Amino acid sequence: MTTDRDDTDQPLRLRIPEPARGQHAPDRVRYISAAGEMQKPALDEKVERVALMRKQLVRVLDDEGRAVGDWAPDISVDEKRRGLRNMMLVRSYDARLLRAHRQGKTSFYMQSLGEEAIACGQQQALLPGDMHFPTYRQQGLLISADYPLVTMMNQVLSNEHDPLHGRQLPVMYSSKAHGFFTISGNLATQYIQAVGWAMASALRGGTEIAAAWIGEGATAESDFHAALVFASTYQAPVILNIVNNHWAISTPEDFARGASATFADRGYGFSIPAIRVDGNDYLAVYAASQWAAERARKNLGPTLIEWITLRVGAHSTSDDPSVYRPPEETEQFPLGDPIQRLRQHLEFLDEWDEERHVALQAEVDTQVNEAFAEADSHGSVKTGDVGSARTMFDDVFAELPRHLREQRDRVEELS
Amino acid sequence: MSRKISYVQAFNEAVRQEMRADETVFCAGEDIGGFGGVFQTYAGLQEEFGEERVVDTPISEQAIIGLGVGAAATGSRPIVDIMFMDFICVAFDQIVNQAAKMKYMFGGSATVPLTITTGGGGGLSAAAQHSQSLEALICHIPGLKVVHPSNPYDMKGLMTACIREDNPTIMIKHKRLLGMQGEVPEEPYMIPLGTAATLREGADVTVVAWGRMVNEAFDVAEKLAEDGIDVEVIDPRTLQPLDSETIVESVRKTNRAVIVHEAVRFAGLGAEVAAQIQEEAFDYLDAPVARVAAPFSPVPFTPALEQHYQPSAARIEQAIRDIVARPGA
Ligand SMILES: Cc1ncc(C[n+]2csc(CCOP(=O)(O)OP(=O)(O)O)c2C)c(N)n1
Ligand SMILES: [Mg+2]
Repeated sequence: MTTDRDDTDQPLRLRIPEPARGQHAPDRVRYISAAGEMQKPALDEKVERVALMRKQLVRVLDDEGRAVGDWAPDISVDEKRRGLRNMMLVRSYDARLLRAHRQGKTSFYMQSLGEEAIACGQQQALLPGDMHFPTYRQQGLLISADYPLVTMMNQVLSNEHDPLHGRQLPVMYSSKAHGFFTISGNLATQYIQAVGWAMASALRGGTEIAAAWIGEGATAESDFHAALVFASTYQAPVILNIVNNHWAISTPEDFARGASATFADRGYGFSIPAIRVDGNDYLAVYAASQWAAERARKNLGPTLIEWITLRVGAHSTSDDPSVYRPPEETEQFPLGDPIQRLRQHLEFLDEWDEERHVALQAEVDTQVNEAFAEADSHGSVKTGDVGSARTMFDDVFAELPRHLREQRDRVEELS
Repeated sequence: MSRKISYVQAFNEAVRQEMRADETVFCAGEDIGGFGGVFQTYAGLQEEFGEERVVDTPISEQAIIGLGVGAAATGSRPIVDIMFMDFICVAFDQIVNQAAKMKYMFGGSATVPLTITTGGGGGLSAAAQHSQSLEALICHIPGLKVVHPSNPYDMKGLMTACIREDNPTIMIKHKRLLGMQGEVPEEPYMIPLGTAATLREGADVTVVAWGRMVNEAFDVAEKLAEDGIDVEVIDPRTLQPLDSETIVESVRKTNRAVIVHEAVRFAGLGAEVAAQIQEEAFDYLDAPVARVAAPFSPVPFTPALEQHYQPSAARIEQAIRDIVARPGA
């Protein structure tokens, strides 16, 4: 040490993210590129050249509903209509189950309002056999994979047909057959599992890829960073999705992002190509997912995608956002609503109109209501029709050991 | 002066008063700032003390505990919050291998006056990863102190003691007791760590229970009194260090003991209490020590199942009746 400390040294200070002081910029989305502005890199483009994309935004749909630029995907009108239908189905599904919560038929629900395009669009770009490692806000993956709505609802209602036997939280579905890994209540754990699954697929010489999902808030967890190390080291065939919906319960995205410009920045230090994509633009979601999936399938390694969107609703039914959130936020959100935007595009193509839209809305609502009526006929958390206490001991281990069989018998005596 | 406030308010008041009295106390955790914490335990504190002393953090339990350890070792008195007790597992290295052992490994020259607060317990239909009672895991670690108050009065006194304590402490707030009302003095006070409370004196059997279970046991005891069964109810309040003396003395008097906890029975803290009773009061026992606890399976989600999972008043009552029915020696 060379010199003594001197009294005139500045006292140290911390940077506290602005929103902690109640200063929400009305427009919180940074780096909004124009639709079509960004070039689509070759699948094996050097990571240094993709690097600029982390401070830009891939967008396909312009304000008039035109699909413009390199990233505009080559998909049929039918596929676009299917995307529209899937998103509307998810929204209708969420609305019905929120109502079920108010009716006391489920004790807990989490909706994906405003974020539907991301899960629905990515699902359409992947193949059967690929595996998603979702969070609780990707019901769109299951619904787009035609998982039966009734089965989902049976779980949300915790009735006797709940496929998870009343053990797991209502929205934490799992279905191996539909490429939907079981959801963890502890955040971020799925991220590294997805990388492990992808590594195993490669070790087996398989052709299936994995898609990891995480909210922007949960990227602060160590699992996220560890997953990036492994994905980078082994060039695992995985899509690393970050859904930046700007909120983690009451905490604005600024906290997890820190002083970095974007979440896509996180990929850079790991030499993982990272892009930012308009998550409310179904066509951009599809195109970017497709690009990342193809990279993985061609052994070109992981891709990180930061999806920009907005959590329009509350965090969950246990949360009241009015105490921390500016009311005008949804209205001022510059990326609009995913359903409206795809609808506008189809209308621009003259492939859609008001009449058809109203008819489709009625159709999905009917589908949801019919499914709900069926699920409800099997009971709900209100009627407590879930399996008997003896099922508590099933599946703790692969086999039922003797000491658990004895405990099961004792519980039966008591109940 | 004392008045009725809730368990949450008692927690909040302890933190507020200690923060006013001691500038080195600060809090950090997920959603604790403007939002006041998902259970409102930190409500209004950021308003009074500012963002530098009530720090909203990114979602990283490892970093939250780690920052607490670092800050505590350099002279602050941090209070760090882990939303659900289940998530301490995410930061277990910081708790078990770092906070707990630092004084010892630094040859005694480090102190770690860290308080970790967390929401524990079930009964809220929150499923296997948001409902656990993991006290046995942390009580097993030399260097940590663990408290689990069952009422607002104990909450304030124990939380104050935790903040003033020079060792790392873990305060388990029971999620089902947050709204519980009780008489709490306005002025600051401490309940010394490691002192049990005898909630009810009785001659026939000793029930040792903590958290929400001790309140259940108390109600059962009152009911059994009508049938002439005289139950002594002990709430250890601090689980580490455990006030074994009060427990053993009681059992020497009643000759029978039932231990009740929400955690799974196998290797739960009840096993330790039972072992200590037989070591210290073997010759006084008229019956084997009984335990009422959860089965060896994860906590289920639905209320219909969880109600079978959690020890109920009926099961506690049955265990007490069974043990007093055994002929004495
Ligand atoms: C390990 C862990 N820490 C904290 C929580 C509590 N928690 C649940 S959701 C959530 C916010 C997550 O926000 P984000 O990752 O942005 O996802 P979003 O809810 O926006 O989809 C928090 C803090 C948890 N479930 N697990
Ligand atoms: Mg979020």
